[in-house]
Amino acid sequence: MKAEHVLSVRLYATVFGSLLALTLLTTGVAFIDLGGNWNALAAVAIAIGKALLVVLYFMHARYSSRLTWIFAAAGFLWLTILIGGTIDDVLTREGIGF
Amino acid sequence: MSEASAVHAHQFDDISQQHEASWNGMWVFLATEVMFFGGMFTGYTIYRYAYAQAFASASNHLDIVLGTINTAVLICSSFTMALSVRSAQLGLRKPIMIFLLLTMILGAVFLGIKFTEYYQKFDEHLVPGYDFSYEPSLARPAAIFFSFYFALTGVHALHMIIGIGLLTWLMVKAWRDRFSREYNTPVELVGLYWHFVDIIWIFLFPLLYLLGRHLG
Repeated sequence: MKAEHVLSVRLYATVFGSLLALTLLTTGVAFIDLGGNWNALAAVAIAIGKALLVVLYFMHARYSSRLTWIFAAAGFLWLTILIGGTIDDVLTREGIGF
Repeated sequence: MSEASAVHAHQFDDISQQHEASWNGMWVFLATEVMFFGGMFTGYTIYRYAYAQAFASASNHLDIVLGTINTAVLICSSFTMALSVRSAQLGLRKPIMIFLLLTMILGAVFLGIKFTEYYQKFDEHLVPGYDFSYEPSLARPAAIFFSFYFALTGVHALHMIIGIGLLTWLMVKAWRDRFSREYNTPVELVGLYWHFVDIIWIFLFPLLYLLGRHLG
């Protein structure tokens, strides 16, 4: 009756296992000095990967309609504008007094 | 009871359109939540850039063991929530309730660990504005880090408390046998909310706890 997918327990368990593994990975990598800003970039990259797993499978985005994708993506798009636009300003100005 | 709820409201063509509208509405709400937390994340990023050294130093005062355990606890709770939603989609009353209960317990464990951490911070004089003391050269920017720490984790914890309230409401509805294969949207939408709160923590954990570990 409803156009929804009931996902298998096995799929949920796989995503769950991956999320736990990525948590251990991010904690482990944090103790290794990667130099420069690479630690921060690695941490954020792993966090984005984990968030994608949650959105796509736990939140069923992968199986939602195209219209729902637009609603789901909108917030993240505006977040990119908020952070990107602000950082771009801070990084390119000389002598911001903090 | 559940048959009555399965009938779509008159403004919709059919039940699948009604279902999609509910999901889209929930995602609109979650978009406002993304922006709500986004402002704080942006502020955090700017100050992290300005005071990288102090932020790394202050970050090392957070308890990484408790932080990692709490991340795992929250991921477990998302897993049980996903299984509760699955049970609701299949119309299985008892599994819905069991998984809701497990999710609530894990949520409470998370808050308990968070409370323990807050207690330690008060004990270690790391709460800005309350007898804060830190290595003098870094004290001011470190206080900014801890302000972000308490604001972000505090608002996140508030979302958890609201989430547990919503789970209690679902529990009562499930107890009264209100959900079925045809009608389970409330379980699905609270599930979206719970997973979203999990995602916020997935970012908070590395940004707050893991900043300066590689510097020893």
